[in-house]
Amino acid sequence: MKFEIFVTLKKEVLDPQGKAVEGAIQNLGLSNISNIRQGKYFTLEVNDSNEEKATQQAEEACKKLLANLTIEEYSIKKIG
Amino acid sequence: MKASVIVFPGSNCDRDVQVALEKFQIDTTMVWHQETSLPKSDLVVLPGGFSYGDYLRCGSMASKSKVMNEVIKHAKDGGYVFGICNGFQILTETGLLPGALLRNSKLKFICKNVFIKTTNNQTAFTKKIPENKILSIPIAHNEGNYFASKEEIQSLKEHNQIVFQYCDEEGNISGESNPNGSFLNIAGISNQNKNVLGMMPHPERSIDQLLGGVDGQGIFQSLL
Repeated sequence: MKFEIFVTLKKEVLDPQGKAVEGAIQNLGLSNISNIRQGKYFTLEVNDSNEEKATQQAEEACKKLLANLTIEEYSIKKIG
Repeated sequence: MKASVIVFPGSNCDRDVQVALEKFQIDTTMVWHQETSLPKSDLVVLPGGFSYGDYLRCGSMASKSKVMNEVIKHAKDGGYVFGICNGFQILTETGLLPGALLRNSKLKFICKNVFIKTTNNQTAFTKKIPENKILSIPIAHNEGNYFASKEEIQSLKEHNQIVFQYCDEEGNISGESNPNGSFLNIAGISNQNKNVLGMMPHPERSIDQLLGGVDGQGIFQSLL
C-alpha cells in the first residue's frame, strides 16, 4: 500500500526559508502570491494489505522520525 | 572520571572534544554509533559535526542510532550526557532535552566567537564557573535557532534549565546579541535533573590559548 506524506512547519513556527522564497517570487513580479511555507514530501510503501494497519504504520513512521512534532505537523494520504 | 565520545558518520568535532577531555585527565573512549553497549562511563559526549549529512533534520537520524538506546538509559540512570552543537540537536531529537533547533533566522551559517552568560551554575557542567560569568566561545552552525513551545519555555524557566544565554561583552542579553534568533537568546539548556546539557557553542575549541581562548575550560573543570 502506497502513501504520500507532507511534513510542514507548524503555523506558529517561523519559516525563514519560505519567507526568502516569497521574496524571490515577489521579485519575479508575481505579486498575487504570498504566505509561502516550505515543507517536505515523502512517498512510502507499507507491506500490509489491511488499510487501517498500514496507515497506522505510516503514522508511526511520521511520529517517530519523518516529522518532529515539536515544530512540524504531517498529513498522510493513501495513493495506491 | 571516564568519558565516552560517540562517533557518528559525519561527526567532525569528536577528536577535538577527546583532546579537550584528555587535557583534564578524563579517560576517554571513542564509541562507534553502531555499538550496542557503552564502556563504563560517567560522562557521554555527543560531539559536534554533521551526523548523517544533516539529512531529514539535523540530528534526527543519529538520534535513532543503536548506541543511543544506551545513551538514553545512561541519562535516565543519572549519568552525565553532554551534547555540543550537533550533539545538542541530537539530544532534542531523542527527547532528552525539550525543544528543537531551527535554521538560523538569517539563513546563514555562522562561524564566529560569541559571548554567552552562565545563567545557571548549579549543574554538574557549570558548578566551577561563577554565576553570570560571561564566556567567549565560538559557534559554528546553520541550525542553532532554539525553539520551544510556550509551555516548554515556561517549564524551562520554572525548573531553572536555561544554562547559557547569548549576550554582549557586558553581559546584556538582547536582540542585538542574539546571533541566530533563539528564543530568550538560549545557547544551552539542561534537563530537569541537570545531568544532561546541550549547547550550541563549542567549549572544546576554547581550552588553550593556542586556539585563541580558554573560556571553555570551566565546563571541563566542573566535570572533574
